[in-house]
Amino acid sequence: MSSVPDDPWFDRDAGPVVRPYALTGGRTRPRGESFDLLAVVGSAVDAKAIDRMLLEPEQAQVLRFCRKPTSVADLASELDLPLGVVRIMLSDMRERGLITIGKPVRTGMTDPRVLKDVVDALRRL
Amino acid sequence: MLSAGYDEDRPDVSPVSIKILIAGGFGAGKTTMVGSVSEIRPLRTEETLSEPSVLVDDLDGVETKTTTTVAMDFGRITVRDDLVVYLFGTPGQHRFWFMWDELSLGALGAIVLADTRRLADSFPSVDYFERCGIPFVVAVNCFEGAKRFRPDAVRTALDLDQGVPVVLCDARHRPSCRDVLVTLVEYAISLLSSADAVSAG
Repeated sequence: MSSVPDDPWFDRDAGPVVRPYALTGGRTRPRGESFDLLAVVGSAVDAKAIDRMLLEPEQAQVLRFCRKPTSVADLASELDLPLGVVRIMLSDMRERGLITIGKPVRTGMTDPRVLKDVVDALRRL
Repeated sequence: MLSAGYDEDRPDVSPVSIKILIAGGFGAGKTTMVGSVSEIRPLRTEETLSEPSVLVDDLDGVETKTTTTVAMDFGRITVRDDLVVYLFGTPGQHRFWFMWDELSLGALGAIVLADTRRLADSFPSVDYFERCGIPFVVAVNCFEGAKRFRPDAVRTALDLDQGVPVVLCDARHRPSCRDVLVTLVEYAISLLSSADAVSAG
């Protein structure tokens, strides 16, 4: 009789138990128009409707989080999923009309007043 | 995971985003610097290796491996509700260079962290930002035990244009990193106003 080892045979260091691209049906490229790392994602779905919809848990999380506009990078970080996987999920969700993906707001780059606000804020760090 | 509370604090409008890159050779202190000035957050990507990188990246015996996980340093400083500064540490290894083009897109500027013991490690970053015209500053990370150099000596060694700021810093210390960021944004502002002067004249 072999005894059951105390330590589990895998731990956090083993990485994800499900390969990340299983979430995307094995696809490695997003559909439709490409979008930036800091593109802004917004939910197009009424928050109360989320639970009634047939969604993957990750999709429901995206919708809950995107009630307020959120960047693609922030979403990937919050969901703790690889950026490539999140991009494919988001492109699918956009195709289904669940979310909108806007361009990053970069007006600050060419507006010295905005940049001076940034300098002031950095000085307070 | 989705952090409770964070959600409620965020604005309903899309904030203006300012992207700043932190580059430099392996071990130059990129992760330390991002962590000193902002809450560092996990961000990873799983990238398909392109053919040329498969050749340079010695993958003998693992030819079937076509994707690889790249961890990036990612930080965020909320200036105010509608203005956010994003920091991205650029992956140092050569095989991840293809990611730089995406990271650089729309970047306000870059900090090239240099270690004087391995100054040559910062050459590729300097070349890259010069080539694509992204404003950058060189921050010499003063490691303990490393010989101190004057910024001018580093400027000469890196063959930098006169205008490019060179500053000494300690990536572990928040005020020091803050000063580097301020130098970069002020430099970007000065380039904007000189561009305006040229177009107006």
